[in-house]
Amino acid sequence: MALLEIRDLHVGVEDREVIRGLDLNVHAGEVHAIMGPNGSGKSTLSHVIAGKPGYEVTDGQILFKGEDLLEMAPEERAAKGVFLAFQYPVEIAGVTTMNFLRAALNAQRKARDQQEFSTPEFLKRVREVAGSLNIRQDMLKRGVNVGFSGGEKKRNEILQMALFEPSLCILDEIDSGLDIDALRIVASGINGLRSPERAMIVITHYRRLLDHIVPDVVHVMSKGRIVKSGDKELALELEACGYGQFEDAA
Amino acid sequence: MVALQETVERVRRIDVDQYRYGFETLIESEKAPKGLSEEIVKFISQKKNEPAWMLQWRLEAYRRWLTMTEPTWARVEYPKIDFQDIYYYAAPKPKKTVTSLDEIDPEILKTYDKLGIPLREVAALEGVEPPPGGEQTPNRKIAVDAVFDSVSVATTFKAELKRAGVIFMPISGAIREHPELVQKYLGSVVPTSDNFYATLNSAVFSDGSFVYVPPGVRCPMELSTYFRINERNTGQFERTLIIADKGSYVSYLEGCTAPQRDENQLHAAVVELVALDDAEIKYSTVQNWYPGNSEGKGGIYNFVTKRGHCRGDRSKISWTQVETGSAITWKYPSCILRGDNSSGEFYSIAISNGFQQVDSGTKMIHLGKNTSSRIISKGIAAGKSQNTYRGLVTAHRKATGARNFTACDSLLIGDKCGAHTVPYIEAKNSSATFEHEATTSKISEDVLFYCIQRGLSQEEAVGLVVNGFVKQVLQKLPMEFAVEAQKLISISLDGSVG
Repeated sequence: MALLEIRDLHVGVEDREVIRGLDLNVHAGEVHAIMGPNGSGKSTLSHVIAGKPGYEVTDGQILFKGEDLLEMAPEERAAKGVFLAFQYPVEIAGVTTMNFLRAALNAQRKARDQQEFSTPEFLKRVREVAGSLNIRQDMLKRGVNVGFSGGEKKRNEILQMALFEPSLCILDEIDSGLDIDALRIVASGINGLRSPERAMIVITHYRRLLDHIVPDVVHVMSKGRIVKSGDKELALELEACGYGQFEDAA
Repeated sequence: MVALQETVERVRRIDVDQYRYGFETLIESEKAPKGLSEEIVKFISQKKNEPAWMLQWRLEAYRRWLTMTEPTWARVEYPKIDFQDIYYYAAPKPKKTVTSLDEIDPEILKTYDKLGIPLREVAALEGVEPPPGGEQTPNRKIAVDAVFDSVSVATTFKAELKRAGVIFMPISGAIREHPELVQKYLGSVVPTSDNFYATLNSAVFSDGSFVYVPPGVRCPMELSTYFRINERNTGQFERTLIIADKGSYVSYLEGCTAPQRDENQLHAAVVELVALDDAEIKYSTVQNWYPGNSEGKGGIYNFVTKRGHCRGDRSKISWTQVETGSAITWKYPSCILRGDNSSGEFYSIAISNGFQQVDSGTKMIHLGKNTSSRIISKGIAAGKSQNTYRGLVTAHRKATGARNFTACDSLLIGDKCGAHTVPYIEAKNSSATFEHEATTSKISEDVLFYCIQRGLSQEEAVGLVVNGFVKQVLQKLPMEFAVEAQKLISISLDGSVG
């Protein structure tokens, strides 16, 4: 059984259909890359999987671990193991990163009937993960993403991904706004989280990211559909020929 | 905007209609006839067995009140109040002279019990000494004075306070037992002519708390007063007077609740604080008067004058308030910084929801040399409410070296509410340094979704963001109150508690 199974998905935003019959199967242990031009529906897909309000699913189905994902509230999806690394992480003033991480982690654990982490356990875990991502302690004491650089914000996303241990990670343009050094740190953080139990969907415009995070499958999205799937060589082909060749296929 | 809309809806439903303190206590009460006249003023004074000078003081205030008009400059709207349609005196019918809590009507005690107020301090009542090292007990002791409608019903820990020389008693008692102190200080901060509501209060106030801390004494416990309006159509006009003599310190807490009523009830209190040389007064309020229902019906009109006078050099007065209740709030706890090197602080969280209207802030009046003041105001508006910060900072001609820092932040939840900031700044001395910062932000859809994607429910997400927003002020409250205030904020805004 696939971890994530999307069948004939149709999604509308304000009377405009932006996903028009999309099928996708992602198995545990796999890394899928979704590439495509602006407006092809990549970010919409990530938002619909995570449950962001404002989208209307007009047809189709999303099964996650065999369950109907669309029936679940977004926080339930999170507790079940769906994680979205945001393209533009928000800033929350007055709420320290540490407090935020603890509140979110404990909310998820509570939803799964697991015991909340004790303070020392929690701190130990955060410090370990933060260290591996080169995140300084003082960053954890600041407001969530307040005054963080682009790179720090993205590292903070990966920190959360590592802490929450989700089974499906969706990375929405995690490479945007990163210089090459920051990209390396973020990518190695992500690679460290690859595991046979976990699947990842990496959304990006650029092949560059896929040199660092090597995908098992590459999909090309255009006009709300997946128009071609292949192995990592497809990314190279795309870079050589551009997205134009797929416009007609859509 | 679906999620945000839902939050707004939930807030609207939960907040006002689930007012937790909206019960009524059935007790016999004794009321003066409706309306206001010299006879009523005399009636109140007589009920309190007041000396002639006090009656004279009241009558002068009443006569002046007749010549005054209601202030209209605040950003609040309400139908004209018929001052002849209010009961100015209501008291739980006493069985006999009350000397201990046991003699108080059990119905009243039950009311305070429901409110979670530790009025019945058994140990204190039975005169049990705390064990050595008693400060290790988890609950710090708090002396409570409870005012029910117009009458103070019980004061706890009297004996222990007396040993420290601290006077903490109903003001009606202080007028009889400590006339020299009352005559010296009553009306010395808020004169009887001050404003329409303060003058009305001066004429008809029936009770309230009186505190005197002698020179050099650090009050051994927090002092607390709980105010409760119970009777229908009854105004509550309490009067609080706190005097911290040279080098003394006192922390005073005030809490307020009322039953749910369809009609509006008037609350026009006056609080006067006097700090002499090197004295410090910390005054904290958690105001949770009934805010009215979800259609904006009923609720308390909270028209209050609170002012502190830093009379002595190096004295300090600090106001901290958490305002969540009342249909209308008109309240500006202020500091007059007369003593050299004196300082004033105002920390405020004002939350409005439903149809509530808040016009609140402070005045910092710098008169002495090297005086400093600090204003941190956090306004949160939700539902269809209007939330205004109004603040005045002035430095008079001789106030060399006056310093003020003001930060006013507003947070909007939903798109049918409003937040407004109205600062007035006047410096007549060129050496004054005044800083003013103001921000307005909104809990955006994106912030909510970010939190929810991380596993928090909508309520938890709103709670987290709001608590982050108000943290700076909550930290200023005594610990017991901070917990209560945090709960209140949750009840007022996200309904995840209570």
